[in-house]
Amino acid sequence: MRSETLAKRIIACLDVDGGRVVKGVQFEQIRDAGDPAELAAAHSEAGADEIVLLDITATAHSRNTLLETVRRTANQIFIPFTVGGGIRSLDDAAAVLDCGCDKVAINSAAVADPLLISRIASRYGSQAVVLAIDARQSGTTAWEVYVWGGRKPAGLDAQAWAKRTEAMGAGEILLTSMDRDGTQSGFDCSLTRTIATAARIPVIASGGAGEPRHFVEVFQQGAADAALAASVFHFGLKSVNSIKQEMRDAGIPVRLTC
Amino acid sequence: MIAIVDYGAGNLASVAKAIGHLGHNSVVTADADEIRRADKVIIPGVGNFTATLPLANGDFGTAVRQAIAEEKPLLGICLGLQWMFEGSEEAPEMNGLATFRGTCTRFSEAVKSPHVGWNRIEVQPRSRLLKGILSGAYLYFTHSYRAPICDDTIATCFYEQKFTAAAERGPLFGVQFHPEKSGTVGLKVLGNFCAF
Repeated sequence: MRSETLAKRIIACLDVDGGRVVKGVQFEQIRDAGDPAELAAAHSEAGADEIVLLDITATAHSRNTLLETVRRTANQIFIPFTVGGGIRSLDDAAAVLDCGCDKVAINSAAVADPLLISRIASRYGSQAVVLAIDARQSGTTAWEVYVWGGRKPAGLDAQAWAKRTEAMGAGEILLTSMDRDGTQSGFDCSLTRTIATAARIPVIASGGAGEPRHFVEVFQQGAADAALAASVFHFGLKSVNSIKQEMRDAGIPVRLTC
Repeated sequence: MIAIVDYGAGNLASVAKAIGHLGHNSVVTADADEIRRADKVIIPGVGNFTATLPLANGDFGTAVRQAIAEEKPLLGICLGLQWMFEGSEEAPEMNGLATFRGTCTRFSEAVKSPHVGWNRIEVQPRSRLLKGILSGAYLYFTHSYRAPICDDTIATCFYEQKFTAAAERGPLFGVQFHPEKSGTVGLKVLGNFCAF
């Protein structure tokens, strides 16, 4: 049996508000981390495998600012680019895809109307649809889906929801552990493994990254296909490359660019 | 001028953006006359094989086949590459261009599908499209069907089994990966095509 050559991906996430990258550190303070287009290009140069841009306010008022940000960012990078936050309809998805991103991440709107997944997938292909799941532990091996930026329980089991969205045409799952998000204490490997082994589509782990070993853990113990982080990269805590070196040393297939 | 054929299959702006970045002119077009006037043609595309229906006949099909008859360089990307084979299990009732021999098949249940992410390719030194790209280079893939290995295969990738990552015959080229999304390595592949 030939060893796997498909690289495990490291994805840099830009949380954007009003055209600037921000990141709430444990939900308390918001620090301005810079211009999204510049940061996306810097992350790409540093070896990030993909860029995700999340509009964290996602009000109708800020929509035009977002589209301009997406357009500027897309012009700077030649790696896959996903946009999420506030995508509630096929038209919303079309607007950001027309600005040059490759995939859209949908969350609350898919819970409210699961057919939205199929509608976007049939127009743009499943590869363009990333289903975002915010999950919080609700039992020893059970996690509940939350919507509205983590404020409202959706009454759905995360594993069952993942399988359902896969059947509706989602191409990837972006799985965020709300218990770990912002803590920098490591990914929730148990949650990730549960979803990643149940799903037949790739699963991106998110929430909790703080150290290079956390990435190694989520690939080895969590069976993740990709891992996403935000502040760990923006504030220079750890470079993408140092994380990838540690992954390579652990025997994980990884794309090294420098 | 490079014509990027807009036959309704997905988002073509990123291919045009990458070509512009390399300093070449391109136009995303659904106009058969514009395809006829171009000196190179790119057939991009994502999604279902049935999306290639507009290429099968009518104005589009005629213009693309005319470009091929005039030996203009042509590059199929992703679904565009698959269309250059004889057909696909995804739409058995439809024919491809049949430049390359064989039929595209789906990844089995044994692996996650789509095959998404950066994977390594093995390059044959004779390739003109991949000149300067070394075996082991990573490129970005996203697809659920794969093209078989054929006589014209000039690069392979491994996922579940080996499949065609790139093929070429004369001025006709196809790549399964997305050169416009594969960083500097991908830009080099597009640059090679633009220079033909």
